[in-house]
Amino acid sequence: MARTATAPGAPTTKLGKAALEVDDRMLLSPWLRRTMNKVYPDHWSFLLGEIALYSFLILLLSGTYLTFFFDASMREVVYEGSYAPLRGVEMSAAYNSALNLSFDVRGGLFMRQLHHWAALLFVASIVVHLLRIFFTGAFRRPRETNWLIGVVMLVLALLMGVTGYTLPDDLLSGTGLRIISAILLSVPVIGTWAHFAVFNGDFVGTEIIGRFYILHVLLIPAILLALIALHLIILVKQKHTQFPGAGRTEHNVVGNRLFPTFAAKATGLIFVVFGVCAALGGIVQINPIWLWGPYNPAQVSAGSQPDWYIGFLDGSTRIFPPWDINLPGDYNIPALFWPTVVIAGLMFTVLALYPFIERKLTGDTAAHHLLQRPRDVPVRTSLGAMALTFYLWLMVAGGNDLIADKFDISLNAMTWVGRIGVIVLPPIAYVVTYRICLGLQQHDREVLEHGIETGVIRRLPSGEFIEVHQPLGPVDEHGHGQLAYGGAPVPKRMNHVGGARRAIRGFFTPIEEPSQVELEQRAEGRGLATGEPDRELTSSGRPADGGRPSEGGRPQEPRD
Amino acid sequence: MTTRDTRPGSTGGADVPGPLYGGPDDDYTPEQLAAMNRLELDRLGARYDGVEILHVDPGPEPGSVLEKRAIRQVGTVFGLAGLFAFLFVVVYVGSGWFLPDWQWTVTEGGWSAFFTPLLGLLMGLSLLCVGFGLVLFTKKLLPHETAVQDKHDGSHFDRVTAGATLVGGYHNSGLGRRKLITRSLALMGGGVGLMLIMPLGGLIKNPNRGNPLGTTSWAEGVRLLRNDGTPIRPGDQEPGSLETVFPAVPGGNLQADAATMLIRLRPEQVANLEPRAGQADFAYGEYVAYSKICTHAGCPVSLYEQETSKILCPCHQSQFDVTQGAKPVFGPATRALPQLPIEVDDEGYFVARSDYIEAVGPTYWNRERI
Repeated sequence: MARTATAPGAPTTKLGKAALEVDDRMLLSPWLRRTMNKVYPDHWSFLLGEIALYSFLILLLSGTYLTFFFDASMREVVYEGSYAPLRGVEMSAAYNSALNLSFDVRGGLFMRQLHHWAALLFVASIVVHLLRIFFTGAFRRPRETNWLIGVVMLVLALLMGVTGYTLPDDLLSGTGLRIISAILLSVPVIGTWAHFAVFNGDFVGTEIIGRFYILHVLLIPAILLALIALHLIILVKQKHTQFPGAGRTEHNVVGNRLFPTFAAKATGLIFVVFGVCAALGGIVQINPIWLWGPYNPAQVSAGSQPDWYIGFLDGSTRIFPPWDINLPGDYNIPALFWPTVVIAGLMFTVLALYPFIERKLTGDTAAHHLLQRPRDVPVRTSLGAMALTFYLWLMVAGGNDLIADKFDISLNAMTWVGRIGVIVLPPIAYVVTYRICLGLQQHDREVLEHGIETGVIRRLPSGEFIEVHQPLGPVDEHGHGQLAYGGAPVPKRMNHVGGARRAIRGFFTPIEEPSQVELEQRAEGRGLATGEPDRELTSSGRPADGGRPSEGGRPQEPRD
Repeated sequence: MTTRDTRPGSTGGADVPGPLYGGPDDDYTPEQLAAMNRLELDRLGARYDGVEILHVDPGPEPGSVLEKRAIRQVGTVFGLAGLFAFLFVVVYVGSGWFLPDWQWTVTEGGWSAFFTPLLGLLMGLSLLCVGFGLVLFTKKLLPHETAVQDKHDGSHFDRVTAGATLVGGYHNSGLGRRKLITRSLALMGGGVGLMLIMPLGGLIKNPNRGNPLGTTSWAEGVRLLRNDGTPIRPGDQEPGSLETVFPAVPGGNLQADAATMLIRLRPEQVANLEPRAGQADFAYGEYVAYSKICTHAGCPVSLYEQETSKILCPCHQSQFDVTQGAKPVFGPATRALPQLPIEVDDEGYFVARSDYIEAVGPTYWNRERI
């Protein structure tokens, strides 16, 4: 049985022999072939999660660089770096090192800004990815676990952000820290104990920057890494969801194999994300800590805003009414507790439990691998729109002082606008979204039944004018289409069904023969040119016209 | 690959299947595989992984105009990526060498202001070119295939066999019958778990010992100092003005809860003064002193609008009326800013008469009790 070097299939090239040596020891080939053969669906919205993954990668790299220079200590030092306006000012070693990183390390400012931009992009892409999963129903069985992991990662990403922007210990981050301290204190019963455990005493102490630092650079990233690995392992096990379409079922995945197409595109995306972060980090200034100055508990700047992802908490805190709850025994629950701990807690709890809530309400316990179009699930879509409106409105309320300032509106009026809007707008969003969903559904059915509007107006012998419709499939004796709605996009324009030839390639001058394209299209059976004799469209889709034969106008298979 | 080991049980090598080995190597002999071409082998492996290649749109015809054009585009973009990367290196290394210095100075407006933007621009362009080049390459030069892969919804065989092994192990352990072990295991698990998290107790500090939340450095006779350390006399301030003061103790101007606002009221404000019950004598003439730390979330309340007698907190827009004992009149704050009782010492400088009589800063659970 033992084979010799001349056995059939044995490698003859140097590279091949080396590969054989490796595989003989590591047994890589079965895994490698399976991985390369894995099919990934081809839809832009599947890239959102990848953007989050790649920005996390950038965060790890740039963050590691920053740690070479950052000193997470609250020791008081006197600044003597090259930024003249702050020279001689007393400040914490943390702020001092952040300034030195920005002014005295070659390219340090660029790396710090790149890190900050990547962080904003990280949270943003997680949120948009989550919206995609939510609105297409990708969280349904069997993917509830991955939904939960995702929500946990979102919360961790927010914590990463908060602990991260607190580190420089400038006036803005110190103000944020003061509010974090107040939020901790506001928790009933255990608030003061929790505060003393976190801050090692009363605000501000000398420990908190060091503690946040180790959370930010070790503990939370480690948990995030583990969860990302788990998220991806589960994803690979369960395989991707896909939108309904030609040949796509609950039991397959249609798309590109990992190698080479998907791998090349994904690698391209890594570089694009990295490039965008780098460009932003260099060109667009962010968090200019030298302008804020060192933290001083007696000072604050007007218009202090947190990073965007915490804006909703700032907003809820601003518009919440002054309702302390006094309990017997001189205990009380501070008003601050509700808009911060309770609202944020509720929002993330409902978010995390949504798959189970929906399963309970709809009774749908089946496994789903085909996605839904948002219009086809109006209740969920409207609930999502409602939640999104709530969230965005809170975010707007978080900037109410800026709006009041720029548009010359009373600040108190803006606060009341925030308070009323947060109650009134979400239900309106629900109703409006619901109507839009139904309208879109109806239009899909209408096109399936009556065909696409061609824009061709005909005058009948009787003098009546009709618009000619292009049916999408076979029609019955009344001229009505018989295609059922399959959850996939319905073509709504003639171009979608190949009503026009594809464009001739070339930028300034054509680089292919038009007649060649014509022939190619004819060979593929696409376009009106194929069915030249049938080009005469005679029907309005109305019963009186007796319908029209079924050829032509096949729905085009969706292409990337 | 032959083996020279001739001991019993060690004939053959990794590529010689043992008697229990199953799989594709049984179905396809090396000779059969050698007879297949590369495409067939690729498809065979794919089918083995549950993947069917439905359709392949070949890439552009070799030597065609389309192909040449695509190659030119991809090549240009990759070339640009390299060029920008090289320029990044030049700017990074050359600044301060053959280019002007990169370090920031107030007076010089030139190169140092462009250093960071140039780094970002060049690195961004370079990486974007790499990314776009790869995508262009994939879209224009690679064949587009449409593949379909089967989804396996778990195997009944795997479940049943794995379950049998698991249950078998549990059964053999006899834990179902040997109750004493189960109970001791529970005790052991709980105890060890608790023991391992115990050291976290080092984080716990008692917030009620010595009332650190309810007290500040203010005390009887402690002078009111400005941030620069100078004391204040009545008459130093204009009517209607506000000054932030700190207790005359070491590091007083850095303490988180001691910052106080000393306000000289205008005569009409004094006329309308409505101090809180029992705090009528906390003011000294037309001077009142309130804690600067917001009772809502602890930000320094900093914006004093003397026409309306209101102090605004810039964090969450709580507003306090200084003529009504700094009680909240709008926004989320619920408690008045605590008032510091003040008087003037023998040398004519402002001093505190005592500490604040209530806790300053944000409200907490048992604030009223201490």
